Amino acid sequence: MKKEEAKKQVLSILVENQPGALARIAGLFSGRGYNIESLAVAPTMDAAVSRMTIMTRGDHAVLEQIKKQLNKLINVLKVVEVRKRRSVQRELAMVKVTASAEDRTELMRIVEIFRGRVVDVSHESYTVEITGKTAKIEAFLELVKPMKVGDVARTGPIALNREPL
Amino acid sequence: MRLKGTQILKEVLREEEVEVVFGLPGGTVIDIYDELLGSEIRNIVVRHEQAAVHAADGYARAAGKVGVSLVTSGPGATNTVSGIASAYMDSVPLVVLCGQVPTYLIGNDAFQEVDISGITRPCTKHNYLVRRVEDLARILKEAFHIARSGRPGPVLVDLPKDVMCARTRYRPVERLELKSYRPVYDPKCKPLARAVELIGRSRRPLVLAGGGVLLSGASAELRAFARKIRAPVTSTLMGLGAFPASDPLWIGMLGMHGTRAANMSTASCDLLIAVGARFDDRVTGKVDAFARQAEIIHIDIDPTSIRKNVPATVPIVGDCRVALQKLNRLLARDNGSPPESRQAWLQEIDAWKRGQVRYRRRENVIKPQQVIEELFRLTAGEAIITTEVGQNQMWTAQYYPFDEPNRLITSGGLGCMGFGLPAAIGAQVASPDRLVVDVAGDGSIQMNIQELATAVQYGLPVKVVILNNRYLGMVRQWQELFYDRRYAGTPVDVAPDFVKLAEAYGAQGLRALTPDEVVPVLEKGLCSRKPALMDFRVAREEGVYPMVPAGAPLTRMLTAPGEEDLLEGPARRA
Ligand SMILES: Cc1ncc(C[n+]2csc(CCOP(=O)(O)OP(=O)(O)O)c2C)c(N)n1
Ligand SMILES: [Mg+2]
Repeated sequence: MKKEEAKKQVLSILVENQPGALARIAGLFSGRGYNIESLAVAPTMDAAVSRMTIMTRGDHAVLEQIKKQLNKLINVLKVVEVRKRRSVQRELAMVKVTASAEDRTELMRIVEIFRGRVVDVSHESYTVEITGKTAKIEAFLELVKPMKVGDVARTGPIALNREPL
Repeated sequence: MRLKGTQILKEVLREEEVEVVFGLPGGTVIDIYDELLGSEIRNIVVRHEQAAVHAADGYARAAGKVGVSLVTSGPGATNTVSGIASAYMDSVPLVVLCGQVPTYLIGNDAFQEVDISGITRPCTKHNYLVRRVEDLARILKEAFHIARSGRPGPVLVDLPKDVMCARTRYRPVERLELKSYRPVYDPKCKPLARAVELIGRSRRPLVLAGGGVLLSGASAELRAFARKIRAPVTSTLMGLGAFPASDPLWIGMLGMHGTRAANMSTASCDLLIAVGARFDDRVTGKVDAFARQAEIIHIDIDPTSIRKNVPATVPIVGDCRVALQKLNRLLARDNGSPPESRQAWLQEIDAWKRGQVRYRRRENVIKPQQVIEELFRLTAGEAIITTEVGQNQMWTAQYYPFDEPNRLITSGGLGCMGFGLPAAIGAQVASPDRLVVDVAGDGSIQMNIQELATAVQYGLPVKVVILNNRYLGMVRQWQELFYDRRYAGTPVDVAPDFVKLAEAYGAQGLRALTPDEVVPVLEKGLCSRKPALMDFRVAREEGVYPMVPAGAPLTRMLTAPGEEDLLEGPARRA
């Protein structure tokens, strides 16, 4: 089939909370050579069902095949393509910054501008929590880079499509 | 009623009308074997667990039922993997029951513990580890349901020993609640109408039948369909027998070793109607060059098969049989384009048919194709044929024309050497009154030859026809054509005396060295009341032709070097 450009796509997957279900999905991606850029998973209101948010990449044909392959798995209840527009996407990051005394004011200013929060302080470092679109998180990381950034933990995006008004 | 896990298993097997289980016992399944002893469920004990799965596969295909295997944990389980992978690729409904160490030992690297659910996840339709006896009945029922419904496939159930020995209240499971598993049998109307429209417009239609036609039992519908629209019919290896080879519309198998007519017609058809086929690379050749001028109607119950390898103008998701029935009904109402307009196309195809590549018999050496042709003649084409893998498999596909479905049982998708003999054993269990013949290579047969003991033990008179070229012949053929005849690793001169070996197992052994011995040996072997193994010493370097080199367009068919004259007719230079 025709080769076209690969694009990013976020998929939101409802999956039965069965042993092996996560392995099945991860194995599907690795076994068929699909790409997982990030993956977030947690139970929904129904404890028997989890929602998985996977960011993947591929051309139209690959993305169609990924959706079909996911739907074919017995434990997968629903696969939804998260729209670029008309969806809300968020990611959470926790960033440990070892800011010297003179950097601290600058750091606090950046945190404030990004509506982040300092969630832990020690003599050496601040741990900052920040949520937003992936691009925002990346912008934040870019800005604090000149300071000494230690461990970073990111959830990867989670997302829901907006309902029609 | 409080029952033990093993009793629950027996109950479910009864409910599912399982009459036979193929397997081999071990520590974690002693309790199950003990439970089944003396029950009406027959136990066929094989000599290697791979064979247990292939036998269940052969049984499933010959009987049209779910095949069941039962093996122990650890090595018993790992030995099943090739069999499971083969059944998965060929969509054969199986339930594989594996013993497992007790739940309290799982994860401890216990003796004979292996994570078989993890290992088989990518090659099963689904699999389960049963953690509580309370779940056992439901899981077993789901396993059978999943195995046989939709696009069939193998389901593995891992059974820890303590779960099978625990007791619980048993009530037959009446309703399954598989929330997310609802295969679509009934295709939507719109694409069907589109299909009828395209068919009406087409001047050069071609029907491609795949294994899905056999799995859905759609042969009669396919025949009616092809005759109604007067389209030539080809098939994949898995689809052989879906359409009668004696029908004038039949043009032979498609693909790497397909017929001239089939391969050429894909290049110039304007409409390809694929029914239950998944466009494997051995079928399409170079995919960008495949059916370039054609619109494609693709019928399949598995949506992932559609638009995976080739584009589809009209995707039809549904059961092949239901889809064809509906199409036939719509076509009966439709009195559009007169089929006469296709006369030119059919004539073109006939010319290709006349140009089919043949082989030449020799006076002093047996040609493998000749053995197959004589086998066909002597069995009147009515035997159940299993095959091993390699040249033997392709010659069978080329020279044993099938008029009926489910007479060819072969490992198509995985191409798993060692398949044929155990599959023949399974088919013979399913059809005790039929003649079952495994067409084998000298290499493949040695992968599961120990199953002769199983055949002898259970009085299953399967026949093995070895096309003995003392080579891993198909690989040798590639080396001959594409590796400058450097036969690295393919000569297998050191082999047992197959006649003596057969006799040592208590089977009959026969050998043919010259062409005039072919028919007498076949006659004797086929009539034997015992399992019989026939060793045909054939021309060592015979090749399978035509051949499309891997990755080349289907129209680039090679003929035997030095025997180009065997090819006549118009399409000689493609
Ligand atoms: C289990 C397995 N191992 C290796 C192969 C690769 N292979 C494909 S055909 C073939 C040759 C088989 O030799 P033989 O059974 O003598 O058949 P022939 O081609 O000579 O008829 C081999 C080794 C395979 N298909 N399956
Ligand atoms: Mg050989």
